[in-house]
Amino acid sequence: MRPAIHIDNVGKRYFLGRQAHAAYRTLRESLVEMAAAPWRRLRGRLDQQPGEFWALQNVSFQVQPGEVVGIIGRNGAGKSTLLKILSQITRPSRGRVVIDGRVGSLLEVGTGFHPELTGRENVFLNGSILGMSRREIARKFDDIVAFAEVEQFLDTPVKRYSSGMYVRLAFSVAAHLEPEVLIIDEVLAVGDASFQKKCLNKMEDVGKQGRTVLFVSHNMQAVTRLCQRAILLEEGRIVADGLSAVVSARYLRGENGSSAHRVWQGDTRAPGDEIARLRSVRVVTPAGDTCESLDIRQSVGLEMTWEARLPNHRLVPNFHVYFEDGSCVFVSPECDPEWASRTRPQGIYKSTAWIPGNFLAEGTYFVGAAVSTMDPVDVHFYERDAVAFHVLDRLEGDSVRRNYAGPYPGVVRPMLQWTNEATFAS
Amino acid sequence: MESPCISMDTQTEIGDEPVVTIPPLPLTLRDTSENQPGTTGRRRTVIESARGWQFINVAELWRFRELLYFLVWRDVKVRYKQTALGAAWAILQPALMMVVFTLFFSRVANISSGPIPYPLFVYAGLLPWTFFSTAVASASNSVIGSERLITKIYFPRLSIPFAAICAAMVDWGVAMGLLAALMLWYGVLPPLSILLLPFVFGVLALFAAGLGTLLSALTVAYRDFRYVVPFLLQVWMFATPAIYLNTVSGVNGDLGVYVLNPLNPLVVSFRAAVLGGPLPWTSLLVAAAIALLTFLGGCLYFRRVEDGFSDII
Repeated sequence: MRPAIHIDNVGKRYFLGRQAHAAYRTLRESLVEMAAAPWRRLRGRLDQQPGEFWALQNVSFQVQPGEVVGIIGRNGAGKSTLLKILSQITRPSRGRVVIDGRVGSLLEVGTGFHPELTGRENVFLNGSILGMSRREIARKFDDIVAFAEVEQFLDTPVKRYSSGMYVRLAFSVAAHLEPEVLIIDEVLAVGDASFQKKCLNKMEDVGKQGRTVLFVSHNMQAVTRLCQRAILLEEGRIVADGLSAVVSARYLRGENGSSAHRVWQGDTRAPGDEIARLRSVRVVTPAGDTCESLDIRQSVGLEMTWEARLPNHRLVPNFHVYFEDGSCVFVSPECDPEWASRTRPQGIYKSTAWIPGNFLAEGTYFVGAAVSTMDPVDVHFYERDAVAFHVLDRLEGDSVRRNYAGPYPGVVRPMLQWTNEATFAS
Repeated sequence: MESPCISMDTQTEIGDEPVVTIPPLPLTLRDTSENQPGTTGRRRTVIESARGWQFINVAELWRFRELLYFLVWRDVKVRYKQTALGAAWAILQPALMMVVFTLFFSRVANISSGPIPYPLFVYAGLLPWTFFSTAVASASNSVIGSERLITKIYFPRLSIPFAAICAAMVDWGVAMGLLAALMLWYGVLPPLSILLLPFVFGVLALFAAGLGTLLSALTVAYRDFRYVVPFLLQVWMFATPAIYLNTVSGVNGDLGVYVLNPLNPLVVSFRAAVLGGPLPWTSLLVAAAIALLTFLGGCLYFRRVEDGFSDII
């Protein structure tokens, strides 16, 4: 069978700092390029130029009709660039993509919605922007409106809609698009939780109908649930392609084989800005060892090594801990009295937050690391899913569970202090 | 602190609006003939790297003609939303200009308009000029104004400036209605040369489309054009015999002047076509050639640089 999507050796190059001298560079460059283009084609390669950066390199894979494939990777791995190339928004610098069938790409809902136009008018405008014909929209119009539940506001400009109504209408139009190949971004998963859930349901439905879907996400749970196959991108290259459960496990483990330790080498790759930059994140035991799975009774430290690059900033490192189902367990800003409301001299800091034993439940936890300035709030970096660790209960009888081995709900399982006041029957 | 919490709860609230539980998505294929692979021509998309000069993608533009229609429709609709007079502004704008020019130039400055009543004379000159300047100005800004669309979805980018030109045509059409009314009022019958009007207007539209498309692409890379274009149009208006009679270069007079300003014969021909008078044939044909070249050049340049729009906009 002919593949629905055939991606052959695709690369995308950007020039760093092009924005700053856009006018000067483009004018000169385009003249030079015009003269050099025939020669370049003869040589058959692109020259290495200073300041160039390959967001994607040598990406090749095929997607069969009816397959649902997840594209995963950390921020900056090239997911969005790949999506933009497949959606024909930007062109690859090299390589070739062939897509068979009617393509629908959804990088956001409500593209082209005009606030001054009414709901009715926007359905037609947005539908035609998404590639539906006027007849097709007219035929589906009632369904779209009924689904969005905005019947009585059809002739109201959408600028007067509540954000919920707006999103429902926008989503409803997108949901009625019937492409053979659907390319979809996780930015769809913005908005409230029920809307996200609807997106996921929709994706599931689409997959079941035998359409080809390419789905970009950060949400490992969604990927493993919706896709049989996942592709992991790292620094613009494919590093894993296979069963989604296997690939997402690989993603969570990271480059150095451990999910509990990540180090950023070099200055350009590390998350951060001119004020603070991340160096490494680690999950540690009180003895100082890196630890990927820990006993539920044991306390654990979340350690980040970071660099304060400018003096006179009140920098607050903070950890964001998420449970495996995506719910946020807690956000913990640093509360070391030694550094409270003090500015930090330049230097390297190793900040550790200690989670007591008998506090978290069993399961997998994902840790995001950030350094922020409060008042006014400014986030210098936020690296989501920087590290992950598992919590296990060995069922030795002295955890909160004691000897009970059945299902035990809750994302935390603190051993609380209890008191009793008893009145004895005499 | 950023907290990109993605939770899977079923019920949350946005503002004061409770989220209603939505039934499963109606993603069923109702009209199967349209989606059955093989029954209708299966579409194939090929995405390739750097291309050289591209010609205008006529077939693709045609395939997306409904999008063009909706973009024009949006521009026209939005322009007069929340105005009490609505589309009447399309007539009022040139009409008020006519009144002002009539008062100042005809009464005060005593500029001659020949045998034609000055209000009619000036209105017939303002119509093509207003169309041209609106079309060029809105087309120039159209691409940067569509940033959201360009970075989120694919469609032939030429639709954007073309839609701006078409929207200006709609306004022109409405304003033509007032011209007809004025002619009735003054008892001026259209001469036989009115048959040339589609040709004259076609050349004018082609010229506006070419220039607007070129400027829209240039504005993406060099925002300077946002300031250059209004100024250019202002100067251009005074160089064009829209509100005065072209007595300097005569009807077929100095070709050099016409080549410098193709709008000169276009406005004169437009007025001659609707109100009568000698037509500047030679210069009109020269203007047509210039318009065609501008159109081709503008579109070619646009096609050359459109791939970069989403990266630099």
